[in-house]
Amino acid sequence: MAGETGSRSMVRAEGLNLYYDKLHALKDVDMEVPKNSVLSLIGPSGCGKSTFLRTINRMNDLIPGVRVQGKVEVDGSDIYDPSCDVIDLRRKVGMVFQKPNPFPMSVYDNVAYGPRVHGIKDRAELDSIVEKSLKDAALWDEIKDRLKKPALGISGGQQQRLCIARTLAVEPDVILMDEPTSALDPISTGKIEELIDELKKRYTIIIVTHNMQQAGRISDRTAFFLLGQVIEEGPTYDIFHRPADKRTEDYITGRFG
Amino acid sequence: MMKSVKKHDRKRDERFAFAVIKALSLTTALVLLLIIGYITWNAIPALNWQFVAGTPGDPLNTGIWPMAVNTLLLVVLTLAIALPLGILAAVYLKEYVREGPFVSVVRSATENLAGMPSIIFGLFGLVFFGKMLGLGWSLANGTLTASIIILPTIMRTTEEALKSVPQSYREGSLALGATRWQTVKKVVLVSAFPGIMSGLMLAIGRVVGETAALMFTLGSSDRVATSLMDSGRTLAMHLYMLAHEGLSVEGAFATAFVLVVVVLAVNVTAEMLANRALGRGGRQIGR
Repeated sequence: MAGETGSRSMVRAEGLNLYYDKLHALKDVDMEVPKNSVLSLIGPSGCGKSTFLRTINRMNDLIPGVRVQGKVEVDGSDIYDPSCDVIDLRRKVGMVFQKPNPFPMSVYDNVAYGPRVHGIKDRAELDSIVEKSLKDAALWDEIKDRLKKPALGISGGQQQRLCIARTLAVEPDVILMDEPTSALDPISTGKIEELIDELKKRYTIIIVTHNMQQAGRISDRTAFFLLGQVIEEGPTYDIFHRPADKRTEDYITGRFG
Repeated sequence: MMKSVKKHDRKRDERFAFAVIKALSLTTALVLLLIIGYITWNAIPALNWQFVAGTPGDPLNTGIWPMAVNTLLLVVLTLAIALPLGILAAVYLKEYVREGPFVSVVRSATENLAGMPSIIFGLFGLVFFGKMLGLGWSLANGTLTASIIILPTIMRTTEEALKSVPQSYREGSLALGATRWQTVKKVVLVSAFPGIMSGLMLAIGRVVGETAALMFTLGSSDRVATSLMDSGRTLAMHLYMLAHEGLSVEGAFATAFVLVVVVLAVNVTAEMLANRALGRGGRQIGR
């Protein structure tokens, strides 16, 4: 079913509303994310962009008191439909978090974790998945002699690429990134940005960022969130050079936020 | 002028406070050393291989071998019941259900259970397990009673250990499509292991040190319990009886010495196991 046409939407939200108890955190969000593209979500803290990101792999399910209305589709199927299996969904929609969160185990076991929980036991198969994932995350050359070493002992930038490799190992269609470089130094950030550019050839990427330049550098499209609403969404160049809404312009030029 | 006087005072206060704190913490260590030293000194006359490996039926009437074996049996059997129960109950409370009336009821019940004097459990074991279920004075009764005594300790410490596992580990695992149980098994419990270990040590300490509740339930036979329905006597009970009945003060001290050695050995082993688990993870977690 996937990828019949190159330009169809991989992720689609329609009339999406989300409440944390009484707080109305997302208001009538509509969004289309084309396959194999990078979408940046920008906006001031608390505007709902991370919340939106977390509706796409249903990580918000973990928070007590969350209510979701409306529709979110991933690869054509409604993920809030009762028949949707969250486990399968999260396999298809990977996530990279703000702070690198490798598990307290070896580099190898971190990458093999996903395939293992999905039932792959064969050593040779795991070996090749680990190698391929680390290569795709541009980490293999730095780490190939330290696969048995604790993942918590490598640098922060390497840890974040390890987390990306861990996500790639389950072969998702979509990768969600929640400010993946905000805890990293500029050089590590540069590496991750290059990596995103490479990954978008095969994956659909949605990234939350507080860094306007980063959004400008890496994304095809950008969505500006404010107080739970999408104020404006469009090609990144347009959002940054000729924003249609005054509030978008104020935000990207640094007048608030 | 005023300022410099104050400064002088502050520095003197600092030195004084530091000296007091240091002296107090030294005192703690000294108390432990004093007790161990005193016990050892008094135990020496009675300590020999025959004492450790012999049985009370021997001419000198001092061997503690059966008590040592009974203690070990009781600890192992009790842990076999209370450890899985306590850990899984804590996992359920922390990882599966959301905070709510049910959780607070269970939690306050656990806390009350933990604060209950063990003699109460002894009485309960005597009447319920002993009379009603017909277990009498037996290893089975002692084990069940001791399990109830340590269950809240294991639950509480495990829950604390689970709380110290970063939420980001759980999120990372779930985001990869792992189930909750896989997350608990492969990531959460592994990270919580050192904390669970320290709870385990406390629990073992309680079983090894328990006397009153066990007299009601395990009985006081000075032979090795060879079945679950056999009565037995642990080292701590033996110590109590030797001292209380004035049978042998040296024997009591020598028993105390063995008891202390056993407890230290347990602690060191647990510590080593925890460190090895940490070594695999690569960083201190949860402690």
